[in-house]
Amino acid sequence: MGISVKHISKSYDKVRALDDISFEVKPGELFGLIGPDGAGKTTLFRILTTLLIADKGEATVAGYDVVNDYKAIRNLVGYMPGRFSLYQDLTVEENLNFFATIFGTTIEENYDLIKDIYVQIEPFKNRRAGKLSGGMKQKLALSCALIHKPKVLFLDEPTTGVDPVSRKEFWEILKRLQQKDITILVSTPYMDEAALCDRIALMTGGQILQLSAPEAIIASFPKKIFKVRTAETYRLIQDLKVFTQTHSAYPFGEYMHFTSMESDFKAEDLIRYLKGKKHKNIEVLETEPTIEDSFMELSK
Amino acid sequence: MKNGNIIHVKNLTKTFGDFTAVDNISFQVGKGEVFGFLGANGAGKTTAMKMLIGISKPSSGEAQVAGFDVKSQAEKVKRSIGYMSQRFSLYNDLTIRENITFFGGIYGLKKSDIKTKSQNLIDELDLHDEADKLVGSLPLGWKQKVAFSVSLLHDPQIIFLDEPTGGVDPITRRKFWEMIYREAHKGKTIFVTTHYMDEAEYCDRVSIMVAGKIEALDTPKNLKEKYKVESMNQVFLKLARNIE
Repeated sequence: MGISVKHISKSYDKVRALDDISFEVKPGELFGLIGPDGAGKTTLFRILTTLLIADKGEATVAGYDVVNDYKAIRNLVGYMPGRFSLYQDLTVEENLNFFATIFGTTIEENYDLIKDIYVQIEPFKNRRAGKLSGGMKQKLALSCALIHKPKVLFLDEPTTGVDPVSRKEFWEILKRLQQKDITILVSTPYMDEAALCDRIALMTGGQILQLSAPEAIIASFPKKIFKVRTAETYRLIQDLKVFTQTHSAYPFGEYMHFTSMESDFKAEDLIRYLKGKKHKNIEVLETEPTIEDSFMELSK
Repeated sequence: MKNGNIIHVKNLTKTFGDFTAVDNISFQVGKGEVFGFLGANGAGKTTAMKMLIGISKPSSGEAQVAGFDVKSQAEKVKRSIGYMSQRFSLYNDLTIRENITFFGGIYGLKKSDIKTKSQNLIDELDLHDEADKLVGSLPLGWKQKVAFSVSLLHDPQIIFLDEPTGGVDPITRRKFWEMIYREAHKGKTIFVTTHYMDEAEYCDRVSIMVAGKIEALDTPKNLKEKYKVESMNQVFLKLARNIE
C-alpha cells in the first residue's frame, strides 16, 4: 500500500516542474517532501492523485497505476490540497456529510478515524466552512480527506501559514493516524517539521537533492558547523561574508552558522579574526547541523 | 518624538459585535528597532496591525505611529509607513518596472523621482534582465525582494511586514532578513509578523499576543531566561498552548 515513483517528469511551457523524479514510499510510512515554493511538490501530488498526467515516467499508488487505474486510486486515497477547497457555503457538518456520501459511506461508519480531530471542530458544526479560522479549516479539511478511510493520505502543505502551536498539534494527529496503518505523504516548507517524518526527500527546482531518514541526512553533513555570536549582528554578517576562510555563513536564530573551506578549521581562528574586527562578546562554538543547514548546503 | 519611540500604543481595543479581537494592548516601539509581533492564528495580530497602519478604526484606546494619530490622521500615517504582506504585494500582470511606477504614483512621488528610484532599485537588486518581465513569472523569493523594495520607495520611517517570508526557500529567507537588517541599520523601524520562530530570534524585541492581549514583551534573550527555555519556539509554545 505504498507509493512508487519512477522517472517522473512534467513541464509547463518552458518551466520544468518535475525533472526525472524517482522514489518509493513504504507501506505505513510517514514520508515528507521538504522544499520551498516552486520545488514541484504540488505537481507531484497532483500526478499521484491522478489529477494530472506526467509527461514521462510511471507511478503507482497502493499498487495501482496512476494513469490506467485512476478510478481505483481515487477511491483509495485521501487528498488535502494546499489551497482550502471545501465548500465555503456549506456548514462543517454538511461538508463532512457530502464527502462521506460521495465515497458511499457515512460519518458514523468511520467516525473512530476522525474522532480525535472532529471533536475539536464539532462545537462549530453548524458554522459555514468559509467562516472558520485557519486552524479549524485545516482540521475540517483533514476530516473530509479521512472520512472514507483511505489507505494512502496526501497532504499538500497542510501547515503553511499556521502558527507553531497548531502546527505541533497537527503533527501529533499525523503520528496517531500513522498508527492506524495509513501511509502518509506530506509536504512542507518548514524544515523543522522534517525531523518528524520517517524519511524525507529534500526538493528544489523539480529535483530531489537528497532522500533519507532525517537523522541520516544530518549525519551526512560534510562540514563542521560553528555557531557564532557577537554584540553586533549586522556587522557580524558583513564581516563573515568577506572572511577569506568562509564557505558559508547564514543567520540562524540568535546565532550565525559558519562553515569553513578548511577541514582543520578551529574556533580560535575565527575568534582571532573577529577580535581583529573589533567585535565584542564573541562566542564561537561547534554545533550540530540541522535539516535546514543540509538543505542550504545541498542547494548552494 | 518622546524617548525616541516611533510607535506609541495605549489601551488599544477593537471589538466586532461582542467579540474582542484586540483587548486593551499597550506598548512602544523605538526608532530603528526590529520589533517582532507574534501570536497564534486568530490571536488578533492582523487586527492590531490594521489599526496601526490606519486602515481600521480602534473601538477605544489610542495609537500614534510616526507622530500621527491613527484615528484622526490615518492618511498621514499611511504616507509615513511602508507595508508589505505575503498575500498581497505586487500586481502579477504588470512588469517589475510597471509595478514600481504604479506604487510610486500611489505614494505621490514625482515622475522624475519615480524614474530615478526605479533605476536605483533595479540596479540594487540586479534585475536588469527581468525588469520588463511580468511579476507573475518570477520566483516567489524575487517577488518578495521587489515587494520589500517597493514598500521603501517613498522613504517611510516604519516598515510593516506581515509574514514576509512564508514559503520561501531558506537561503532566500535569510537574504531577505539581511535586507531587513540593512534597513534597520539605516535607522528604519521594522514591525514584522512571522510564524518562523528562528526569525523571532533576529528581532530586537518581540511581543506575543494570546487571545487579544499581549502576554509577553521583551528581548528574545530575556524571554528565554524568564521561561527557562532554549528557544523562542519553546517560549511561544509555553505561552500560546494554554488557550482555547
